Amino acid sequence: MNLAPRARDLGLTCCHTCGQASSSTTAHCPRCRSRLHARKPDSLARTWAFLLAALILYIPANTLPVMYTSMLGRGESSTILHGVVEFWKAGSWDIALLIFIASVAVPSTKFLALGTLLVTAQRRSTWAQPQRARLYRFVELIGYWSMLDVVVVALVSALVQFQLLGTAEPRLGIVFFGLVVVLTMFAAMSFDPRLIWDSDDDKNLPRN
Amino acid sequence: MSEPKHLENTETMPPVIGRRRWSAGLIWLVPIVAALIGIGMVIHNRQSEGPAIEISFLTAEGLEAGKTQVKYKDVVIGLVDSIRLADDRSQIVARVQLDKTAATFATADSRYWVVRPRFGTSGVSGIGTLLSGAYIGADTGVSKDAQKRFVGLERPPAVIHGSPGKRFTLHAADMGSLDVGSPVYYRRIQVGRVISYDLDKDGKQMRIELFVDAPYDQYVSVSARFWNASGVDLNLDANGLKLSTQSLATVVAGGIAFQTPPGPRDATPAAEGAEFSLFDDLQAAMAPPDGEPDYLQMRFEQSLRGLSVGAQVDFRGIVVGRVVSIDLDYEADKQRFPMMVGAVIYPQRFGRAGEKIAQIGHAQSDKNLRLATFVKPLVARGLRAQARVGNLLTGQLYVALDFVANAPEVAFDAAARPVELPTAPGSIDQLQEQLTGLVAKIDKIPFESIGKHLDSTVAQLDQTLRQVNETTLPQFSATLAGAQGTLGSAKQAIAADAPLQQNLAQTLAEIQRAARSLRVLGDYLGVHPETLLRGKPTDPPPSATKPPSEDKP
Repeated sequence: MNLAPRARDLGLTCCHTCGQASSSTTAHCPRCRSRLHARKPDSLARTWAFLLAALILYIPANTLPVMYTSMLGRGESSTILHGVVEFWKAGSWDIALLIFIASVAVPSTKFLALGTLLVTAQRRSTWAQPQRARLYRFVELIGYWSMLDVVVVALVSALVQFQLLGTAEPRLGIVFFGLVVVLTMFAAMSFDPRLIWDSDDDKNLPRN
Repeated sequence: MSEPKHLENTETMPPVIGRRRWSAGLIWLVPIVAALIGIGMVIHNRQSEGPAIEISFLTAEGLEAGKTQVKYKDVVIGLVDSIRLADDRSQIVARVQLDKTAATFATADSRYWVVRPRFGTSGVSGIGTLLSGAYIGADTGVSKDAQKRFVGLERPPAVIHGSPGKRFTLHAADMGSLDVGSPVYYRRIQVGRVISYDLDKDGKQMRIELFVDAPYDQYVSVSARFWNASGVDLNLDANGLKLSTQSLATVVAGGIAFQTPPGPRDATPAAEGAEFSLFDDLQAAMAPPDGEPDYLQMRFEQSLRGLSVGAQVDFRGIVVGRVVSIDLDYEADKQRFPMMVGAVIYPQRFGRAGEKIAQIGHAQSDKNLRLATFVKPLVARGLRAQARVGNLLTGQLYVALDFVANAPEVAFDAAARPVELPTAPGSIDQLQEQLTGLVAKIDKIPFESIGKHLDSTVAQLDQTLRQVNETTLPQFSATLAGAQGTLGSAKQAIAADAPLQQNLAQTLAEIQRAARSLRVLGDYLGVHPETLLRGKPTDPPPSATKPPSEDKP
């Protein structure tokens, strides 16, 4: 491996809070007094837990209706996918695509990406390490964009209140969808990207 | 290089490991809670899902899979989740997912219908669905037998199960302008409606089911009469033109009215499902029951223009029957065309007389003979049928049964079938005769000579008037002028400054003076009566010198 030495190899630990590099022998950061860890504690287990919870909640988020709209007394509640299909059929393929990307593609991508990262990190694989690091950054970047749906529902429900003419109300599905997004963000946050670089060579090292 | 690191790690790790074991377990609570919520949702969904049923309709107009709701009393109890054609393509089948709470709607006597906007003669309904789209209305009964397949009603049922009120059945000859939903009136307020109708098994009568809402159902007594209040009843008979309606709505939509006939009647409310007959109109409904009619035949010699089938047969002012047939007959020997009029009379309409008639003839088993036995002596006493004018304006005739004085004797055949009642010339014939006589008399008046005389008289009058104009009038005006002059002189004579007036005033003054002298003389003579004999005393006062001088002559 012709990579640069890691902080741990040099006997240094980086503080999670203030970024101070200090000797691995100290338990607390000499500057901000926060606890020092060579890696985020329980990173893999936490990420797995959040990811699994998000996956479970993703099912009701998609099967339950997210919004109830009524126009001129004719009410209808629609799920996310139903909405996408409706828009697509109505000819607004751009909006359909947008909703699809924000509500289906992005969360699914996040599940896949985090899953891949977790499995490889657990195996301490050295496969495509730089790409995996880039993947992680990508996951962090797109994380909050999937909140688009929640924002749309919240806005529409607040604005469209014309009694008989038309009303929109949020439904339970959007709560689950919001939880999914929050949980995936937690999962991404609790994943320690440094684990990507921990290879089999130092299997004897504790992974904290 | 690896040694010191090892050491350092072992030094720092122990407290951290202790913490990690505890928190590592805690983090798994998150997916467990998520899974619990998910399972909970599934169980909740499964539990709130009721039975699925299939309803068939003739058309799926207004229905949409996944959108059309099933409502009972405007509460959503289910959703149509798919619509397909029936196997034979004659109907559509809507599959409905009922809610758990609506499980009782999947029972044998539940009914389903599509609520759409309806504009009918009996009103407008389902306006709300104009905007919201159609929905399926539901109604359930008391049955507990589960059923999954239903045939949807094509129109909303008139009565929802459990509505307070009663059903009744009417027998009618025809439907008139009635229909399902036609209103039922009591004292001109709507108290119910027709809910269904069908033909009797033999096809001779209609059975009309109607529903009367509580609390009005109590007014349907066992002796109540129902009549058809449909549309406009235009009736032209001997009584003249009669137009009657129940309400403006019934003119268009038809309707039924009921009432208990006046008088002491059994006012017990009728039981659910009681059967009544439907009369054609109020009059027929309120009339006492007619009973079995008897048939009579009459032979009229004169024209019967104005007599129609259905005309009244009247006995001393009481309508006892009606004309049922008018036929032309021909008598070859006399070369005449008599009119044969058939009529039914209702013995019950004779009231007490009818009862007595029944007693008289009760020995006869044959109805016809019984009537003949009764009628025979009456005919001998002068009972005749007459065609009389009931209405001078329209010329409608009716048949009157009456005792005609000095009626020529006729032979009455008691064995004839049907009983034939002799007739007498009706009032119209008499009227005709009188009119003919009148016309003949008018004819005798010498209108021509009267006219001539009148003409010459007028000519003479004209001459006289001309004379008056030419001679008399100028003289008259001269006379008037003379009179005017006379009046002017008279006016002058009596004017205030006329000499006549002044002379008159002077004369009056003289007379006044003379009167005063007479009074003085009178007084003097009263005091000195002897003066008449002796003459005036020697020394009379100077004032009294005059009277004696006057007295002397």
